[in-house]
Amino acid sequence: MTAHPFTLAGARLAALPSGALHWADAGLLVVSDLHLGKSERLARRGGTLLPPYDTAETLSRLEADIAATDPRAVICLGDSFDDNAAARDLPPGAEERLLRLMAGRRWVWIAGNHDPGPASLPGTHLAELREGPLTFRHIARPGETGEISGHYHPKARLSLGGRRVSRPCFLVDTARVILPAFGAYTGGLAMDAPVLDALMAQGAVAILTGVRAVALPMRPAHARLPRPRPGSAG
Amino acid sequence: MRHGLRYIPRMRMPDAFETWFAARGWTVHPHQRAMLARADAPALLLIAPTGGGKTLAGFLPSLAEIATDPAPGLHTLYISPLKALTADIRRNLRTPIEEMALPIRVEDRTGDTTQTQRRRQRADPPHILLTTPESLALMLSYEDAPRIFAGLRRVIVDEIHALAESKRGDQLMLGLARLSTLCPGLRRVGLSATVEDPPALARFLARHPDPCEILTADPGPAPDIAMLDTGAAPPWAGGGGRHAIPAVLNQIARHRTTLIFHNTRAQAELFFRDLWLANGSGLPIAIHHGSLSREARERVEAAMAAGALRAVVCTGSLDLGIDWGDVDLVIQVGAPKNVKRLVQRIGRANHRYNAPSKALLVPANRFEVVECVAALGAVREADLDGEPRGPGPGDVLCQHILATAAAGPFEADALFSEITTAGPYAGLTRARFDACLDFAATGGYALRAYDRWQRLKQAPDGRWHLRDPRTARQIRMNLGTIVEEEKLKVRMRPARGGMALGEIEEAFAATLTPGDTFLIGGQVVRYEGLREMVVEVSRTPGREPKIAVFAGTKFATSTRLSERILEMFRQPDWPDLPAHTAEWLALQRTVSRLPERDRLLVETFPHEGREHLCIYGFAGRNAQQTLGLLVTQRMESAGLAPLGFVSTDYATLIWGLDAVTAPAELLDATGLRAAFETWLAGNAVMKRTFRSSAVIAGLIERNTPGRRKTGRQASFSSDILYETLMKYDPGHLMLEITREEAMKGLVDFGRIEAMLARVRGRIDHVRRPRVTPLAAPLFLEAGRIPVQGAAEQRLIDAAADRLMAEAGLV
Repeated sequence: MTAHPFTLAGARLAALPSGALHWADAGLLVVSDLHLGKSERLARRGGTLLPPYDTAETLSRLEADIAATDPRAVICLGDSFDDNAAARDLPPGAEERLLRLMAGRRWVWIAGNHDPGPASLPGTHLAELREGPLTFRHIARPGETGEISGHYHPKARLSLGGRRVSRPCFLVDTARVILPAFGAYTGGLAMDAPVLDALMAQGAVAILTGVRAVALPMRPAHARLPRPRPGSAG
Repeated sequence: MRHGLRYIPRMRMPDAFETWFAARGWTVHPHQRAMLARADAPALLLIAPTGGGKTLAGFLPSLAEIATDPAPGLHTLYISPLKALTADIRRNLRTPIEEMALPIRVEDRTGDTTQTQRRRQRADPPHILLTTPESLALMLSYEDAPRIFAGLRRVIVDEIHALAESKRGDQLMLGLARLSTLCPGLRRVGLSATVEDPPALARFLARHPDPCEILTADPGPAPDIAMLDTGAAPPWAGGGGRHAIPAVLNQIARHRTTLIFHNTRAQAELFFRDLWLANGSGLPIAIHHGSLSREARERVEAAMAAGALRAVVCTGSLDLGIDWGDVDLVIQVGAPKNVKRLVQRIGRANHRYNAPSKALLVPANRFEVVECVAALGAVREADLDGEPRGPGPGDVLCQHILATAAAGPFEADALFSEITTAGPYAGLTRARFDACLDFAATGGYALRAYDRWQRLKQAPDGRWHLRDPRTARQIRMNLGTIVEEEKLKVRMRPARGGMALGEIEEAFAATLTPGDTFLIGGQVVRYEGLREMVVEVSRTPGREPKIAVFAGTKFATSTRLSERILEMFRQPDWPDLPAHTAEWLALQRTVSRLPERDRLLVETFPHEGREHLCIYGFAGRNAQQTLGLLVTQRMESAGLAPLGFVSTDYATLIWGLDAVTAPAELLDATGLRAAFETWLAGNAVMKRTFRSSAVIAGLIERNTPGRRKTGRQASFSSDILYETLMKYDPGHLMLEITREEAMKGLVDFGRIEAMLARVRGRIDHVRRPRVTPLAAPLFLEAGRIPVQGAAEQRLIDAAADRLMAEAGLV
């Protein structure tokens, strides 16, 4: 397995290279920010006509992860649909593929800012969910612990020997995990953005998606040591 | 059809004009009279050197016609590639118009024109309107275009040789096709500097199939051009020509005004900084390039026009522009790359007719000495080079169809016939037009799921129109064919809204960490951080800049010039070359060998923990780049873990984790050709070309600063779209266009084919324990291209372990 294992609030979790989070002991698979129907929504609003294959691509990735982990439950952490209309009006075949994935397992749709209302699809529609020591919600709340969220689409940018690498990533510290966006047409927020910097504690780790899930310090050692950040104790 | 200047004038110079010329002590040039004589021709191309009254020659027939019949309404449209030029022309036209008391109103219309003035111009157009290709496209995209342009008689396209080299020219010719429909009988005039193939430029300009006469003015005396004697030898490697600073300062002191051209902005910055440090006598010297803020550039232009500057260090940003009569010396620092452009740059000196232009070449390193000597020979023999122009690009056509729809409903048949009257699109097939129309209307996807959200719809009468009229605004905002790298503004800290210094590429900004220093606008600044998409910097006097890279335009050395260089290598010794360069070539001949025209030299050597492979193909930067892509792809399949490569006009340097022992297998022509057929997927050059074409065609919206501030998740990498199309819709029009565009500009596979055909398997592999003399300069080249293969994952894994350990997180 090329996943990266770690522990949060006593739960043994694994960051999958695809950007999904696997909690094997609970039979749970978590994905965030699928943004299904994004190209359709942009076209409907009179924007550009992007290649209408994003939903198919995102579902293929999800099918692969579900086939590999065979979870008892799947939690979609919000912004699963690019808007409520996109959820009602998925491209041909997409709804059937989703229903096939949902068959025989528990499925939870957490509300996101793009898809606040309950969709017509089956499954449980919740604002947030508590499961054992963990809380699942769309947007992280400062001060919470054992929290799994999405929303920010964190992305790591590295310079390796003059080469720039940019990858969607998980952000993990002792209190929370922020998942990368799972959807095909999703941009990212650099992990050194102030909002993410404020949410994540010292010693936070970024787990890069890609061929393998690879963990790096969220803040490079050289940037942290000489300049203590305001607000940090000591 | 080529004409001399011997024919009977049909339109004579009005007496008032003759008197005015005489009063100023001017003689009318023969080509100016010829333009008047041919004023009725549907299309005319004038080829004249700078300073020959070329622009006035273009305007004389208009002035004469309007003076005779000053009816209100637009008579002449003047189009220039530069905004600055339109303002300058307006000032220049004011003199004859005021002094002869002609009832003629001249105005300009560019991106800088205020909304109020634009509204007024639309209500009451001037006789002569001066504009740019982009502003013309915008004006034509409004519903009232037929009313505004009604009555237009003449179009003057200035610096058409420059416009014809880019997509701006294709866009302009589509605009002229539209104008010719709106104004039957419209006459076209093109004004050009010396070019290698005037008939091709004439076909580009004329309404197909109209004839286009070519008038050639007296080219004037041969330029006075030589290599600058710097006393010291140029460095072994690198660019910038800083070794020549004392000699350049000496030349500046001995001339009124000197233009110092560089090939890249980074080199211009470094040179300017060192020139300034060495400028003990405080000569007024400035810098001008495309990354500086507009205010900074305008200050320099104004100072130059006022005669307050003795020298300007510049890049291609001053290739065109206002004629500064006082420029009496042009210095070209770095390899000239292309003889035609060199001749045009030299023409910037001494804009007085019949005075020889004076120019000095400064090779920045020893290889460039060879190229400069080869170029001097070519200039002396008027051996101009140029690559033939391909058919009009599909992405510009897609944009034009959308812009046409923004102006109002259209019929497909009529639009198709109109477009095929544009020179670059004369050979357009109906199938390609229909594909572009389908792309504009529905996106043109194989999956027809979203037809109900199409952008264009066909009405029952068969005409095409926008589904949502509000889309017109978005289409207008996306007009234009110049797609720049994402750039970030650079501002001085600490003051909020501190002084704007210029812009740097986002990719470069992303590599900076606080404390890094770089050069911009001639000063060393310290990177402090990124705030709201603005790079904040502070002053750090006297520190050596750690990094100074930002990309500028890169030209490929022409085939002709490369051949001249290889011919020189055959000589047993080099009496034409300075001793230092001759010795260097001799050293290369001893240590390894010199490249030959009908053989291919390949060197391998280790350096700083990486294995290197250097291929001296002399095929020009773009073809060498493609060679790099193909060879690294083959190395990846062979498990040789290539990391990246960099290309110059004469060689490609590849580095990787493992040594190449049998380069001939990698360079086997059949294998390369096969690789070429499959290489399209997943390489950086194709993705870059895709982004640019997708923006022009309207698939991706331009990233305006306002959008970028707010829409962090709204924008995602165009690479994702490219990969999605490759996977789900490989036959899509945008991929076809991307391939065509890459073949033209960035791929240039034709030159690889020609090189392989010449070499016919005669490959010389030289293995050396260290860098060879000829390979050394390649290590300092910018524009390294990463290979996204197994090596990248190997690097990430290694870095992860190290970084985690450093951070104490393991």
